[in-house]
Amino acid sequence: MDFAPYLLLASLEGLVQAAVLSLTALGLCLVFGVMRVVNVAHGEFYMLGAVLAWSITQIIPGHPALGFLAALVLAPLVVGIIAYCSDKLILKNLNYHPEATIVATIGMLYILQQSTLLMFGADARAVEPPFYFRVEFPWFGYSGYKLAVIVVAAVVLALSWLVLSKTRIGLMMRATQHDSEMAQAFGIPVAQVYAYVFAVGAMFAALAAVLIVPIRQAHYLMGQDPLLMSFIVVIIGGLGSIRGACLAALIIGMSDGIISMFFSPTLAKMASTTLVALVLVFKPQGLFGRREL
Amino acid sequence: MKHLKNNNPSVDTAKRSTIKKVGALAGLATALQFNPRMSAYVFGSDLPIKVGMQVHRTGIGASYGRWYERTARAAVKLINADGGINNRPLELVVEDDGTDPKRGAQVIEKFATQAKVDVAYGTLFSHVVIASSPRAAELKLPYYVVSEGHHVASGSLNRYVFQPGITDVRSQVIAMAPWVAQNLGKKVTMIYADFAFGHDHRDYFSAAMQQQGGEVIARIPIPLTEASFTRYLPKIPPQTEVLYHVMVGPGVLTFIKELGQYFGRNRPEIFGFIDSLEAVDFATPQLEFLDGTHFWEGHPRYAQSNQSEYDQFYRQAVGVDDNGASIRDGKDISTYSHMFGCWETLFIIKQAMQLSGYSTPSLAHKKALIEATESLTEFTEGRNHPQGDKIFNGKIHQCFGHQYISRVENGRLNVVRRTSIEESVYEAEADYTQMPL
Repeated sequence: MDFAPYLLLASLEGLVQAAVLSLTALGLCLVFGVMRVVNVAHGEFYMLGAVLAWSITQIIPGHPALGFLAALVLAPLVVGIIAYCSDKLILKNLNYHPEATIVATIGMLYILQQSTLLMFGADARAVEPPFYFRVEFPWFGYSGYKLAVIVVAAVVLALSWLVLSKTRIGLMMRATQHDSEMAQAFGIPVAQVYAYVFAVGAMFAALAAVLIVPIRQAHYLMGQDPLLMSFIVVIIGGLGSIRGACLAALIIGMSDGIISMFFSPTLAKMASTTLVALVLVFKPQGLFGRREL
Repeated sequence: MKHLKNNNPSVDTAKRSTIKKVGALAGLATALQFNPRMSAYVFGSDLPIKVGMQVHRTGIGASYGRWYERTARAAVKLINADGGINNRPLELVVEDDGTDPKRGAQVIEKFATQAKVDVAYGTLFSHVVIASSPRAAELKLPYYVVSEGHHVASGSLNRYVFQPGITDVRSQVIAMAPWVAQNLGKKVTMIYADFAFGHDHRDYFSAAMQQQGGEVIARIPIPLTEASFTRYLPKIPPQTEVLYHVMVGPGVLTFIKELGQYFGRNRPEIFGFIDSLEAVDFATPQLEFLDGTHFWEGHPRYAQSNQSEYDQFYRQAVGVDDNGASIRDGKDISTYSHMFGCWETLFIIKQAMQLSGYSTPSLAHKKALIEATESLTEFTEGRNHPQGDKIFNGKIHQCFGHQYISRVENGRLNVVRRTSIEESVYEAEADYTQMPL
């Protein structure tokens, strides 16, 4: 294949990767930014979203789009409820202590993963896309659904930015992130904000998974890779910086797509992790994170 | 002192076990009066022969594991209905290896030291088998695998490991190469799973194609845990005449779908090993492009018009319908090209145990069992060997059998060629019988 079409395919793959990664990383970033909780179970919320999407599409008969739309709404909702309960039952009782919450979320990772294995089995489950057409380029074909994923993810990201920067809910979240004690003093129900943020963070991961599951498949072990990639993105972007996470997702997604295709996927992973190391050494607060005073 | 005595667990256990044995004998005596089948064990011990089965219940090989276990249980049921082995019932001790090499070795250890099985048996993924084999030898536990890789026959394992029920990759690919070169094309690009099993394909198919005057022009390895495949596809050279694929793991369906998206109708000839679509329904949307492509099958998934009575019997026993799906659930597709190996291996264990007069898990009896297995030379097609007749080379602990080439037509696989055993035989490069026991 010539260079230009090669680059086009690599860029498309990179954009799909970036789209999903930005949603997943946004969730992780919100949780860390507002709650200062390093959520190691984040990948399992992603996995849960995919597995629930499969279950929902199995229940709803008729055109695949009906099941998929239902999954798009219900799967993140159910995951959000589970995350909300986890916060209330576990994280709150640990007073959001940083070390304790890391250990607790590792425990949650295993509980979620093994419960899914027990309930849904170990098989990879395919979900039919809501629509399927093949975009025929002169050199190769590409899934039309994948292109739609890029658009939907961009719309969701734009909406999230609007909510965070222009609404009262967003203001409360930002206030809690900035100084939770002061926010509490101003009457913001910080405990509730924490629970909702944890739920919303998990919902972003679940939403990304619902979008990706017709391209890939739902499997109980699928949460590991997005977790690693999300951490890479969040560290590069700057812990807690939403703008940084989105931009880092784009950089990592695109570089992953392009390096994977021109060289090898293993080299792409090596490049991402090397970048993390470099950022931690030379700019520990990340590209957009603020230096702690 | 009385108090102390009552708290002594060993005394307590001894008493309990005596009571249990008496109870078991009484139970057996009663059972024999009413159950004529049980009388088969009357002259032997009622203690079962324990077969420790390593199963991929979880991890990336879970679909195979589920069907391997079902097949093994069906075979055990049949063996026990026919009187067990040497007048003793056969008991399957099943343990999950998580499709994980480290856990595989631990399972072998557990079988030997805790369950005290007579033989270990089972699993598929080559990295699990390769990691488990040294432990089996250290523990002097005969280990019968249904793994397909060339690792047993290559001589790289040890005298305790056998693969008598399924052919190995090397013999499969040398039987395929002439047909591929003559019917599909001579310039081949290989896409394979990047681990021992895939490497066997890479090495032996490349060599076999060269012998046919063909050439493997590109080799594209893909890691086992990969979830996205489009990024690998531009590496397929445009002059490729045949795309050869052999993938395993949970991502196989995604791989095939992305292959279809990438090529559409302008595809080269495609020859795949069914491993790339084991446990996957051919009727899945987006797989239509596979029509007209070819697959290697170990045992035809779809019942053919010339289906043997033995295949019919076996299919029913393991609960698989004519389309290769579970009788209970049409969406639960079997791993039909591999699982027959579990069935046949258990009957071979039975045959070898009968030949050696195996009765206790002592070292002497295990050694005799190994020598008896090595002395086997052929297996005749029948209920015990529904996939077809086979020959067995005791020096390399490996069987050789028929292979199938099937064409996808209207979403089902129709066999176009059954190779002879001779086409898949190669010269042995090792001799396990020279290794000390």
